[in-house]
Amino acid sequence: MVDVTRLSIRHITTYSYEQPVHYALQKLRLTPRSGHGQSVVEWSSTVTGGRKQLVYDDPLMNHTELVKVDSGATHVEIVSEGIVDVEDRHGVIGRHSGFAPLWLYETATPLTAAGNNVRHLAAQLRQETDGMDDLSRMHRLAADIGTAVQYEIGQTNAGTTAEMALTAGHGVCQDHAHIMIATARHLGYPARYISGYLLMDGQTGQDASHAWCEIHLETLGWIGFDVSNGICPDGRYVRVAVGRDYGDAAPIVGIRQGDGAEALTVSLQVQQ
Amino acid sequence: MKSLSFFDEMLSAPDSVRDPYKVYHDWFSQDDIKRLRRKSQEAEAFFRRIGITFNVYGQEEADERLIPFDIVPRIISAKEWSKLERGIEQRVRAINAFLHDIYHRQEILRAGRIPCELIAGNEAFTPEMIGVNPAGGVYTHIAGVDLVRTGEDDFFVLEDNVRTPSGVSYMLENRETMLQMFPELFAQMKVRPVSPYPQLLRRSLSASLPAGTRNSEPVLAVLTPGIHNSAYFEHAFIADQMGADLVESQDLRIEDGYVAMRTTQGYKPIDVLYRRVDDDYLDPLTFNPDSLLGVPGIMDVYRAGNITIANAPGTGIADDKALYSYMPDIIEFYTGERAILKNVPTWRCSEPEALRYVLDNLSELVVKEVHGSGGYGMLVGPAASKKELSMFEAKLRARPENYIAQPTLSLSTVPILAKSGLAPRHVDLRPFVLVSPNRIDITPGGLTRVALKKGSLVVNSSQGGGTKDTWVLGD
Repeated sequence: MVDVTRLSIRHITTYSYEQPVHYALQKLRLTPRSGHGQSVVEWSSTVTGGRKQLVYDDPLMNHTELVKVDSGATHVEIVSEGIVDVEDRHGVIGRHSGFAPLWLYETATPLTAAGNNVRHLAAQLRQETDGMDDLSRMHRLAADIGTAVQYEIGQTNAGTTAEMALTAGHGVCQDHAHIMIATARHLGYPARYISGYLLMDGQTGQDASHAWCEIHLETLGWIGFDVSNGICPDGRYVRVAVGRDYGDAAPIVGIRQGDGAEALTVSLQVQQ
Repeated sequence: MKSLSFFDEMLSAPDSVRDPYKVYHDWFSQDDIKRLRRKSQEAEAFFRRIGITFNVYGQEEADERLIPFDIVPRIISAKEWSKLERGIEQRVRAINAFLHDIYHRQEILRAGRIPCELIAGNEAFTPEMIGVNPAGGVYTHIAGVDLVRTGEDDFFVLEDNVRTPSGVSYMLENRETMLQMFPELFAQMKVRPVSPYPQLLRRSLSASLPAGTRNSEPVLAVLTPGIHNSAYFEHAFIADQMGADLVESQDLRIEDGYVAMRTTQGYKPIDVLYRRVDDDYLDPLTFNPDSLLGVPGIMDVYRAGNITIANAPGTGIADDKALYSYMPDIIEFYTGERAILKNVPTWRCSEPEALRYVLDNLSELVVKEVHGSGGYGMLVGPAASKKELSMFEAKLRARPENYIAQPTLSLSTVPILAKSGLAPRHVDLRPFVLVSPNRIDITPGGLTRVALKKGSLVVNSSQGGGTKDTWVLGD
């Protein structure tokens, strides 16, 4: 009997604009896909203050929607919600598939380029784990990063690179994922960024969606590692989008013409 | 510089005229050279009036400059052309198959026919194109294959130019000018026309409509970076000639899932966008976020099947100079045939042995940047000074993977009208190829570029080259 968790998710993103919007687009990667141990029972996304233009799968097979903000809008709300059944597979995603070649995940990106500190971390790990199998080595790497980089909100942002966060010694889940990806790639392992949802113990409401990483091992294929929580993803994790780094998997990216500030608020509930 | 013997396309010996040039040569010999000189000046005035000028990159005073035009045509026989045509068609077919493969299953890498690192580490590989199925399987709607000739039967492909080849306006205007100046010659010789090109372009692009089109008639537009672009004239000219709208970034937006252009009757969805904006600037939402020249969201529309982008993004991987040396293998892999047109032997400086050879023989080789174009960042060994050679040696040692080297080809010559009368100058040829889902059209002729300086082998207009009208003779 497989252990399945049924998760119910409601993710509300709200943009408020200081001045009415003239023209703006938003690209959403907010819809989980079925497969690899998760099954989407139902899902919907609704937009107020904007209109969906397109729905398609991107090169990495992320379900993507393009939204145009209504002209004159000062407020846009995106509600993405549904129910997903998740099996506990102890982080094992398995064989690589799709047109995106594995080597795409071996190449450093600007956010995951190895600087001195990443290189040093890699060298140290190589020494410490000499003779160890790949899986144990990656567990060790995840633990080392968790120790070296404290989880702390507000110190880093979407543009913070792996090297910067490692040097600073603090960051959020995105930074943890980037550092692990950068180091693993530097050691020759394909690695990728995952954005998604996490059911947290005793806590329904959350401030932001979650992120972790997956490393490709020859023996097992893709394996997830959540550095921030020190575990491999289990039945509490819902994968939404995959990328070489945050840029490919970001839940929302947008472009806007015109002046004035915008404010973003996120309300997220994940419950069993 | 060593004295090499060059193939002269007009004279096979000092007093022996090659067949394709016989009629022309007779006519020229009987004509008055003073009259021809006057004609030449007229041609220049004509070009200035219609405005075919270009800006030279990297010059402080980027004044508009006229590309010199030479009134002696370059003439190709029907038989010569037919071989070129078959060779070009084969090559372009293979390139399209390669592009589809490289952005899907990558069979050619699985088969080990080209090394994976060549693609994996290549900036020209565009991950955003993975899994995209362009309408009709066409990636390179327009190609401008650069050819050089070294002998009676020896044609080499220098570059495939499958990104956004320019120069077609010169092909058309050069012919127009020649027709006006020398109608008597066209009456005597059967020269195949180039004038159908704009209508063929229109037909070819219209044959690659996106799956999601909702227009009853194909709507085409030409996207230009704007008036400050060196090829702006050509963009406007092509749009006008094929009856399409010329648009810039600010004319376009996303409407109901389509890329639409502003018209007097509101926004109108575009089916096929012939864009003369480079990939990196095409979509700030997907590529360079700072670009003001592109259309935010166009890649999303493209992926969803609601627009055709000509040429497709990511075609540069087939144009890559490091990959060029594998073209014979690529042709064989996808067509099962041997390449009809020759490839120039190429040393890939990323390979240590090749690099050693190149460094040892630098003064005899041509060295090019892997991603470069337009003759920039290029070394012509035999013409280079000691200082230039040593500067290039340092560059090669610092970043060998950024360069390839080729032997200095003995480019054929065609006479120009010089002060002393006819004088041979080196030329190349860029025929223009149109690819649609079920046919390939190659306009008989193309752009002949000529190095106007005596002995020079660099034909690029940015480096002092001129152009000639290219005549392909009928049977």
